[in-house]
Amino acid sequence: MQKIYRTIEEVAGPLMLVKGVSDVAFDELGEIELSNGERRACRVLEINGSDALVQLFNHAMGINIQEGQVRFLGHGLELAVAPDMLGRVFDGMGRPIDGAPPIIPTDLRDVNGQPMNPVARDYPNEFIQTGISAIDGLNTLVRGQKLPIFSASGLPHNQLAAQIARQAKVRGDNEQFAVVFAAMGITFEDADYFIRDFNRTGSIERTVLFLNLADQPPIERIATPRMALTCAEYLAFELDMQVLVILTDMTYYAEALREVSAARKEVPGRRGYPGYLYTDLASLYERAGRLQGKRGSITMMPILTMPDDDKTHPVPDLTGYITEGQIILDRQLYQNNILPPIDVLPSLSRLKDKGIGEGKTRADHADVMNQLFAAYSRGRDARELSVILGESALSDLDKIYAHFSDEFEANYLNQSFTYSRDIEETMKIGWRLLRLLPSSELRRVNSKWIEKYYKNED
Amino acid sequence: MSKANEHGQGLIRKIAGPLVVAQGMRDVRMFDVVRVAEVGLIGEVIEIHGDQASIQVYEETAGLKPGETVVSTGVPLSVELGPGMIGEMFDGIQRPLQKLRTMGGNRISRGDSSPSLDREKTWTFQPKFKTGDTVQAGDILGTVQETSVIEHRIMVPADVVGLWEIASIAAAGDYKVEDEIALLKREGEKDLSVNMFQRWPVRRSRPHAGKKSPNEPLVTGQRVVDTFFPIAKGGTAAVPGPFGSGKTVIQHQLAKWADADIVVYIGCGERGNEMTDVLMEFPELIDPKTGRSMMERTILIANTSDMPVAAREASIYTGITIAEYFRDMGYSVSIMADSTSRWAEALREMSGRLEEMPGEEGYPAYLGSRLAQFYERAGSVTCLGSDGRAGYLTAIGAVSPPGGDMSDPVVQATLRIVKVFWRLDSNLAYKRHFPAINWIQSYSLYADNLVEYMNDEIDPEWGKNRSEALSLLSEESRLEEIVRLVGMDSLSFEDRLKMDVAQSIREDFLHQNSFHDVDTYTTLDKQYRLLALIMHYYELAQKAGRRGVSIRQMSALPLREDIGRFKYVEEMNIEQEYQRLLAELDRQIPELATER
Repeated sequence: MQKIYRTIEEVAGPLMLVKGVSDVAFDELGEIELSNGERRACRVLEINGSDALVQLFNHAMGINIQEGQVRFLGHGLELAVAPDMLGRVFDGMGRPIDGAPPIIPTDLRDVNGQPMNPVARDYPNEFIQTGISAIDGLNTLVRGQKLPIFSASGLPHNQLAAQIARQAKVRGDNEQFAVVFAAMGITFEDADYFIRDFNRTGSIERTVLFLNLADQPPIERIATPRMALTCAEYLAFELDMQVLVILTDMTYYAEALREVSAARKEVPGRRGYPGYLYTDLASLYERAGRLQGKRGSITMMPILTMPDDDKTHPVPDLTGYITEGQIILDRQLYQNNILPPIDVLPSLSRLKDKGIGEGKTRADHADVMNQLFAAYSRGRDARELSVILGESALSDLDKIYAHFSDEFEANYLNQSFTYSRDIEETMKIGWRLLRLLPSSELRRVNSKWIEKYYKNED
Repeated sequence: MSKANEHGQGLIRKIAGPLVVAQGMRDVRMFDVVRVAEVGLIGEVIEIHGDQASIQVYEETAGLKPGETVVSTGVPLSVELGPGMIGEMFDGIQRPLQKLRTMGGNRISRGDSSPSLDREKTWTFQPKFKTGDTVQAGDILGTVQETSVIEHRIMVPADVVGLWEIASIAAAGDYKVEDEIALLKREGEKDLSVNMFQRWPVRRSRPHAGKKSPNEPLVTGQRVVDTFFPIAKGGTAAVPGPFGSGKTVIQHQLAKWADADIVVYIGCGERGNEMTDVLMEFPELIDPKTGRSMMERTILIANTSDMPVAAREASIYTGITIAEYFRDMGYSVSIMADSTSRWAEALREMSGRLEEMPGEEGYPAYLGSRLAQFYERAGSVTCLGSDGRAGYLTAIGAVSPPGGDMSDPVVQATLRIVKVFWRLDSNLAYKRHFPAINWIQSYSLYADNLVEYMNDEIDPEWGKNRSEALSLLSEESRLEEIVRLVGMDSLSFEDRLKMDVAQSIREDFLHQNSFHDVDTYTTLDKQYRLLALIMHYYELAQKAGRRGVSIRQMSALPLREDIGRFKYVEEMNIEQEYQRLLAELDRQIPELATER
């Protein structure tokens, strides 16, 4: 028996105050029925005595204080899960929108999830081959990692994400792969690009999509990634699948959060984002991982666009503090037609060290990686110097390094959005580049690898 | 129930995230722990207005309703101190995570609770006093061999006043933590029963008999730290840096290799996988001093970023109280807090919900004083107890400033207190120069004292080499500016040599690979020799330069590569290799001069 309240007192932005409620819980899901019979979801943000402050997921248009009726449903926001979610498309609140019949749920799950006990986590150390040298060779992705793509407007992050979703595989065994894709505030065209790409390559069969597009209610975006992650947890830890979650675009998600916070008149942190943005983002990102005794895993690639290419903006900044590294796209590389335009120097995969080496990729991987980084960094410095002072100002060695960095960009980073390189090929190209340098410069490579790979052509 | 009423019982009125306001709480005291609602969520009273108490709840509050009960326990937030902590992982309010997992599965659900120390496990107690002896607070009644390297000393509780007579003391044998091991008597007082564990409120520092200025180094095996910016036992240090600059790697390295007896590692609002990494890696690491697993001296406090935010605020107090307890036994204890910024954010979040007037960047005005209180709990002390033993508590905090901006209030408030500043530099990190400690902007205020110590203990040349190397590095950054404007060729031989040697200091000495078996830890002796080799080369090269040898000839010497690989030489071979390189330098460089 649910009580129906007709005591809406205030509506302001995405918030609504309902008076005289009883037995309503914090974070409980509610429903408001408009005079025309339309129903919209809402959620309890705060309770003070008999006043409930409620957040609307949809817009407030048409809500009337006199006639609106509010019911509270006795539970939090939930998602119905089932194995046949694969291949389906849902809206930002988890309702099917692909015209197919509703799924038959095997379980209802609270979308907030519960924190993993750190003791129960299993350390991510299994290599995922994305087929992209800049990632596999230098910023290796491992199962259970959360590795965001820092992009900016006008850069091809969607192509990169689609390429990873298409090419990603675990070496050697036949694990079941699934992709959970959550769109928050991206345009129809962007979403359509992904759907077409998934359809074209047949990967739609192993994909679940949650779409909240730019013209849909912004506050709903707060629920969308939680829907996607709840689905991913079900696939990974109940159905033993290796799940890759792509969340795009986290910047719009944070803006939705800011909108609610501003409406509540909370003390703002940096750039008007709420002080708890870190905690809130962490409650999403930390849901990636592996659990001991479970076969499945959740690997996460959030995509975010940095306003004005600014990495210190709160959203990329706080994301970088929570995630295990970042892949950064660079405008200049893109203009020079290096595809994918990944700037490897500021990019980082924190978990790579445990996922590479003997038995995972190749024993010389770590040394080659360190040497390539060091050499490319020095080469870039040399190139910069020659821009200012002319090439003649460079020492002989610096000239070699400058040449190295050009070759590195043209042959290692550049590979197009359609070609998949396996790790052996990536390593081979790495050594071909290192051979441009005199062997005495390879200080970060163990001499036995120099013996084995440097001296022998391929 | 009557006991509960005594301390106060009220009803929930308001719920806003981790903040709950209850009414009917007139009898409750500030900072008492309360149990919220039927599920018994743990909370702490942080504000009282009339009969309304504001409570920060250490667990997820979703599903709470107004009208549910709040019961005070009548005691402030405390930790249990006794055998059974080492090798364990606790959450921010000292719940044992391994135990919670066996009870409740892979995820932490609300209201889970278990005593911090295992009540059933028995420990072998060895008494140190006998009946009739007189003891005072801090005296070691007996010992328990907790792990093969740590002897747990059972002390007379620190808050006991005056001299007491031992009425009875347990014989050597196996006891559980709750068993009485001694009964103390004093005229005019109630008899005092002492068991193997005691409770201590986390927000109160544990007393000691006096503080001293720290003047012994905490050897970490990290070259940039030990040689350039050393930290003293009982000192304080901060590691600020933007993300990706290697804060956590440095904290892990220090936790692994610092020559402390006990390490308390607090993962405060950080990544779950990092704690797992520590849990998986530490048991396999061997402490070079004891030959035993690192886990046998480590205590972990994990409050990952997805765990409730209020418990994050408590976690650093929980950690430092445990650390103080081991310090009181007379150990050298190191505490690493990663990251204090997340702690400050938790503070800010609670402050915001309490609708306090914000200070800088929305942080509460008391941020600075809270940080100071935390770091001041570190120090080199004379412990309580009649034997006057010394104890050390070294505190190292990571700071994560937004956008790497050092004007961040948490960084600035921290810098006012700590004596060592290891500034992490993202440009170094991009070049994969690790540890990415910037050698121009970092400092150690202990350096003067400690260099003296090193001159006495390691080699009289230590201080000279160090200051020469540091000035070469600062010369280098000045010269780089010039090179950027007018090119390398315009520099004199002297200046080019300086840049050449500075590069060698950076790459061969400062760069240290924490994933390399040998390079991950360098003894002080080896640190000295490596730097001495580089500086010896510099000296010889200067002389050769005066005789007209070119810089190109000099840097083409294959011997330079051997110096570069010296850091990978295993400890047992260093003396031999060092002498060989010295002799080769002495032979080859003068030969260059005659060659031309």
